[in-house]
Amino acid sequence: MSQSTYRESWFGNMKGDLLSGLVVALALIPEAIAFSIIAGVDPMVGLYASFTIAVTISFVGGRPGMISAATGAMALVFIDLVANHGLQYLLAASILTGIIQVIFGLLKLARYMKFIPRSVMVGFVNALAILIFTSQLEHFVDETWVMYVLVVVTLACIYLFPYVTKAVPSTLVAIVLVTVVTIMMDFDIRAVGDMGTISQTLPIFLIPKIPLTLETLMIIFPYALALAIVGLLESLLTASIVDDSTETSSDKNRESRGQGIANIITGFFGGMAGCAMIGQSIINIKSGGRGRLSSLVAGVFLMFLIVVLGDIVIQIPMAALAGVMIMVAVSTFDWNSIRTIHLVPRTDAAVMVITVLTVVLTHNLAIGVFAGIILSSIFFVSKISRVRVEEERKEGRIRYSIYGELFFASVTELLDQFQYDVDVEEVEINLSGSHIWDDSAVAAVDKIVSNYKSNGKKVNVTGLNEDSTELVGKLANKLGSH
Amino acid sequence: MYQKILLATDGSQHSKRAAENAVNIAKCSEGSMLEVVYVVDVERAKSDVLTHWHAVDVNDSRKDQVSEVERIAKDAGVNYEVKVLRGEPGPVIVKYANENQFDIVIIGSRGLNGLQEFVLGSVSHKVAKRANCPVLIVK
Repeated sequence: MSQSTYRESWFGNMKGDLLSGLVVALALIPEAIAFSIIAGVDPMVGLYASFTIAVTISFVGGRPGMISAATGAMALVFIDLVANHGLQYLLAASILTGIIQVIFGLLKLARYMKFIPRSVMVGFVNALAILIFTSQLEHFVDETWVMYVLVVVTLACIYLFPYVTKAVPSTLVAIVLVTVVTIMMDFDIRAVGDMGTISQTLPIFLIPKIPLTLETLMIIFPYALALAIVGLLESLLTASIVDDSTETSSDKNRESRGQGIANIITGFFGGMAGCAMIGQSIINIKSGGRGRLSSLVAGVFLMFLIVVLGDIVIQIPMAALAGVMIMVAVSTFDWNSIRTIHLVPRTDAAVMVITVLTVVLTHNLAIGVFAGIILSSIFFVSKISRVRVEEERKEGRIRYSIYGELFFASVTELLDQFQYDVDVEEVEINLSGSHIWDDSAVAAVDKIVSNYKSNGKKVNVTGLNEDSTELVGKLANKLGSH
Repeated sequence: MYQKILLATDGSQHSKRAAENAVNIAKCSEGSMLEVVYVVDVERAKSDVLTHWHAVDVNDSRKDQVSEVERIAKDAGVNYEVKVLRGEPGPVIVKYANENQFDIVIIGSRGLNGLQEFVLGSVSHKVAKRANCPVLIVK
């Protein structure tokens, strides 16, 4: 694993980056439009976002070669915000999301990624896949068989064209094919133009038109916080995937900051908040992209194509986009987790399923992640809260050896394992096989000692390790009597 | 007669049998060199990273995949080297074999992913078609 200089990260792989950037731009267009439609905004909002995010990240990101743009994960979070309050609030929320992410980056919170268990990460991507899939179902309502056939043709083309050549993204080929067929046959089906307008202009700087009040902040803050978390989660997961597939390392805190800066700029240029994209980053790597230049080229070329080809873009039928989104959902899902669900510990499987269910019910990826983290913490606590007490009798004295972690969750069980009316003079409580973690544990040991004392026994506590002794010393005299 | 031997492996049962054959061939000629190649498919990077989310190093599990093959080679006292490559398995193996002028490529007839093989045709078939040297496909 090596980290290259900033200059190298720009110009170390110029030819590969230029070509892969072009490929990624082509692959980004249908997704940016489709994610805008999921969010309920004009396609331009997603396209501007993809342009500004990809360009900004190329300068300030921490993972060269990774592609960031408008994403489904983020779009799913702000559907309600757009529906209830409109586009201006979304732009403001995007800016606030960016500010939160910059703060996360400055506080170096990336290292706390280790607190997110594997099963929650898997639940996150699976839930994302399911939501992207279900978001497409509305496009099938009240449609004719022509639309269904076109979706099937799109999918067939996406999955089969790679056998002909892999030089052009098969999603693009599918979209061009289906659009051309629709125009030639004059099918009467919904197209991108029916979902919103495409303006062939560059984005301009504007300040969201919202009242700058506390009430506004209260509306956008919950969304911004959820967006910040979801965005960083997917970005850092994607960064790890790019690290792994290129055998290079990346600066995760710089990436968090970079994502934040990109979202702030995007909000001011009329785009929706975005994050890194797993699928597009893999396309970039496979097409030879490694450096920052690939992301810059992708953003600039995407904008160029929209300005030049906007008239054609509005004629893309929704059937083609729905097909692309189904492919995105299928490739996002971690199928390996289904194959191995009977092999992983049952609690891990439960956490994964609960994470998915929470997201599907609340439509909020951030809530699902928290539910998953809390549930796995509870499982963990209950697993390590098992304590064992061994009893050893020796001429007039009893020695109790406690094995396990002593803390709030394990003390109740511990207290039940002692008998206080024993027929001996002296009792020894040996803690060398255990660790005292908190005040509940100190109080519990205190209580055991005082119970024996009130029964007229002599009590010795032995085998405290260093940390535990320190804690007992700090707390023993201050918690009062029991 | 075969000095530079390339063994492509993915940790499957078939590739273990291929390893046994590769070792036998390596033993036939003095000073032969067996290179064990394991290809990391970029398409599978996502599931690999998710599977080893907390593992210290994803590559450890990849080394596990070839450890069985290494053991076979070590037990037989054959000169060997392990190499991890990245990309799409078929083309990467072909390119590596041709560029480094191997005398023979040895590969198992089918890998871990049965469905993909059914749709795409097998990696071994691609290698057999495009490598410039003899290819031994082990059933």
